[in-house]
Amino acid sequence: MHDPDAPDHDDAPSGLTRRNFLTRAGAAGIAGVAASIPLAAALAEGVPEATDAAPDIPGTVPIALRVNGATLRMRIDPRATLLDTLRESVHLTGTKKGCDHGQCGACTVHVNGERVNSCLRLALMHEGDDITTIEGIGSPDALHPMQAAFVAHDGYQCGYCTSGQIMSAVALMKEPCGPRDSDVKELMSGNICRCGAYPNIVAAIQDVRGNSPMRQG
Amino acid sequence: MTTAVGQSVSRKDGIGKATGATKYADDLHFPGMLFGRTIRSTIPCGRVKSIRMDFDTSGFTIVDYRDIPHRNVVALIDEDQPYLVETEVRHMAEAIVLLAHEDREKLLGANVVIEYEEAEPVFDPERSPHSFKDITIEKGDVEDALASAEIVVEGTYRTGHQEHVYIETNGVIAVPEHGGIALYGSLQCPFYAYKALRSVLGNDHPLRVIQTETGGGFGGKEEYPSMIAGHAALLAVKSGRPVKIIYDRVEDMVATTKRHPSIVRHRTGLTREGRLVAMDVDVILDGGAYSTLSAVVLSRGCIHAAGPYRCDNVKIFGRAMFTNTPPNGAFRGFGAPQTEFAMEVHMERIAEQLGMDSLTLREMNALRPGDMTATSQVLKQDASALECLQEAVRRTDYRRKREELKGTNRGIGLALFYHGAGFTGAGEQRLASKARLDLTATGARIMVASTEIGQGTRTMHAQIVSDALGVPYETIEVAQPDTSVVADSGPTVASRTCMVVGKILERCALEMKERLEGMTPAQYHAKHGAFSIVKEHIQPEWMRWDDDNYQGDAYATYAWGCDVAEVEIDRDTYEVRPVKVTAVQEFGRPIHPALAMGQIEGGTVQGLGYALLEHVVMKNGAMANPTLTNYTIPTTLDTPELDIVMLENHYDGGPFGAKGLGELPMDGPAPAVVNAIRHLGLDLRDIPAIPETLIACASL
Ligand code: FES
Ligand code: FES
Repeated sequence: MHDPDAPDHDDAPSGLTRRNFLTRAGAAGIAGVAASIPLAAALAEGVPEATDAAPDIPGTVPIALRVNGATLRMRIDPRATLLDTLRESVHLTGTKKGCDHGQCGACTVHVNGERVNSCLRLALMHEGDDITTIEGIGSPDALHPMQAAFVAHDGYQCGYCTSGQIMSAVALMKEPCGPRDSDVKELMSGNICRCGAYPNIVAAIQDVRGNSPMRQG
Repeated sequence: MTTAVGQSVSRKDGIGKATGATKYADDLHFPGMLFGRTIRSTIPCGRVKSIRMDFDTSGFTIVDYRDIPHRNVVALIDEDQPYLVETEVRHMAEAIVLLAHEDREKLLGANVVIEYEEAEPVFDPERSPHSFKDITIEKGDVEDALASAEIVVEGTYRTGHQEHVYIETNGVIAVPEHGGIALYGSLQCPFYAYKALRSVLGNDHPLRVIQTETGGGFGGKEEYPSMIAGHAALLAVKSGRPVKIIYDRVEDMVATTKRHPSIVRHRTGLTREGRLVAMDVDVILDGGAYSTLSAVVLSRGCIHAAGPYRCDNVKIFGRAMFTNTPPNGAFRGFGAPQTEFAMEVHMERIAEQLGMDSLTLREMNALRPGDMTATSQVLKQDASALECLQEAVRRTDYRRKREELKGTNRGIGLALFYHGAGFTGAGEQRLASKARLDLTATGARIMVASTEIGQGTRTMHAQIVSDALGVPYETIEVAQPDTSVVADSGPTVASRTCMVVGKILERCALEMKERLEGMTPAQYHAKHGAFSIVKEHIQPEWMRWDDDNYQGDAYATYAWGCDVAEVEIDRDTYEVRPVKVTAVQEFGRPIHPALAMGQIEGGTVQGLGYALLEHVVMKNGAMANPTLTNYTIPTTLDTPELDIVMLENHYDGGPFGAKGLGELPMDGPAPAVVNAIRHLGLDLRDIPAIPETLIACASL
């Protein structure tokens, strides 16, 4: 539980190492995307695919990602994480970055229906996969039942962990999970909420699962 | 009659957060935007000898202190902290050079070589030669009373740093506009950042600060954003382009403020029956390398240091010491969690030494209406220490449970505490906060600088206005805080947003209602058009405060609480797990019960982390465990059953009877947990109660 001395962080205040391999999509990603603003419109109008009109930026590679049901072609830095690609190249900013190191769960999305920490994945490895983000499961007018339950149970305060919590919770519905609150807690322990909205999050999930929340272990 | 207040109405920020639609600072993009990076010191103390850019600087914007157009000082209380080091380095990770580039890979690859002349750092606050602030609170004659006391109990108690770990790290974007700067940022206090930007940029340019939705603050985004805002603004001014700076988790943990570590010594005189006759308290806070808010954190810490107890002879002496570590700053509770921890563990030890039940000891000495606090404030009818204590004891069947658990691996402990709401002493008067309410075609719009940081500002303000104005909650809009349009309602700190700002808004709404003369906002608007009401805070006329002697009415009112913690220990690993926490808290009247419950639950969880898990390891003046794998905060699994009780006790000075709540829940969990661990037979006086500390206690 506690190993304060483990030199496990790889970033010194002014020296960055992990960046040498994993990178953000950065300017290349932004410049290289073919369907930046049109994405939302494309989804809304049911246009299935945006076209690849992106310039060939040195060091980038072409990729087609299936996000929330739409296939998007773009060029990205091959080292770009799925998280940065979603946020910066696909312009879906609902998925959040809390640590970039797989420690907080704020970046949780679904890949082929299973939850993953998108900050630990390379976008390039997910060509052909079905990727779902918080924007893909519901909208203000048509909330996913889990989103509605989070609203009803006040399952958030600042909201920064919330997309990740909800994506985890939705995936949990299809995972083997016992009926008790403690079973839910076990499966939700990878999603940190510093505001401490945990009791309400458990209540929301139990509500959707049809279990009455006990507010206890 | 109220229709919105007291109801858990749907939150103004709910749907956006549940659908991912809400935009936080890092979600915003501006055309031509550059990314900023901060080059920081790698020594805790010394001087910069030389700086060399060891990279191809084309396309880079580079800023050092010489680029600062006005004053190289982060405007706060003492104004001792520079935006950028000139030559003297006082702590690790101090900002020296700023870089900006449009390509983040190039930015992160840039190598700046800095040579230093190192000096001997000071890390131990007790050995520090320099105090930022000394405070003495004196009532009666402590030495005399101690000399004649039948029993004297002494003890020293320590608390460590605590890191905020808001899940959204610090981040801002400075955007050039109209020859000046618009600063978008994750922050609690837009006008603090505004004032700080004026200090660094001067008065010649238009400036405005816009709070973006903020992913948690807990005090960590009270003063620190002024620093990062200044940095982004300097890069934006020099490059003429928007500049975004978002800290990564490691940088945020290493470079930004934390809760002040404390050392508190008690010498307490009592009668044999357990009546407090003398309290001598010595408080030391580790301020870090610059004063930031240490003086006021110390002030609140000292005022709360005697706990919710009556005693005629009190002396509290506090100092906030300089050390060569990153400055410590505001964190939910603001000094009170440290000193109330010491007091409550000390009470338990006093009871042990007197051979009496600690409940009886607390009951005998707890502050009641009409009693006087350490600053000689006479409490009014809304002082609820006893009620909280009695309800917590009744609800947990405390006495029986304590007997029953004896000799097992479970322990139960309790803490009684209170928290002053609003700024200390004449602080609210000096702030003179304003609120504005605009009539709209459909209802009204709230125009204040108070920020939503997850605690429910928008919702709760709208409820207050809705009921005071007598219009539906849905018709009340809340403006995004933008210093160019909203009234300066003061900082979003000190549990003041509901009680103080909410009250001003209530008065705005009541006056607006009078102006409407029975018409609905829509009818009035159609006939006469829009109008605004602006009101200023009115200090209760009975409040007296002597800032030189720290005597008088320190706060307009206090919220009260009693926490009971039940814990379980693994006798092989010395890991302690909380099993259940009962929190009985009185904070006037809850405006929004679900939000209030969330504040108590969240504060309690943070308090449990503070007590059991959160260990900042400092090495050579820097946090050596700046990630979430080795600085662990509570997950849902670390959160025990929480039984929350909200006692109501109407406070006349607050909107619809409400007091401040945000910080109170942070004060109780740590002492309650440590007292539960004491019940297991371990003489623990320090937090965090990590296994290493507990093993040391056990082998004593
Ligand atoms: S951002 Fe991916 S786990 Fe924290
Ligand atoms: S709601 Fe703030 S971190 Fe979870």
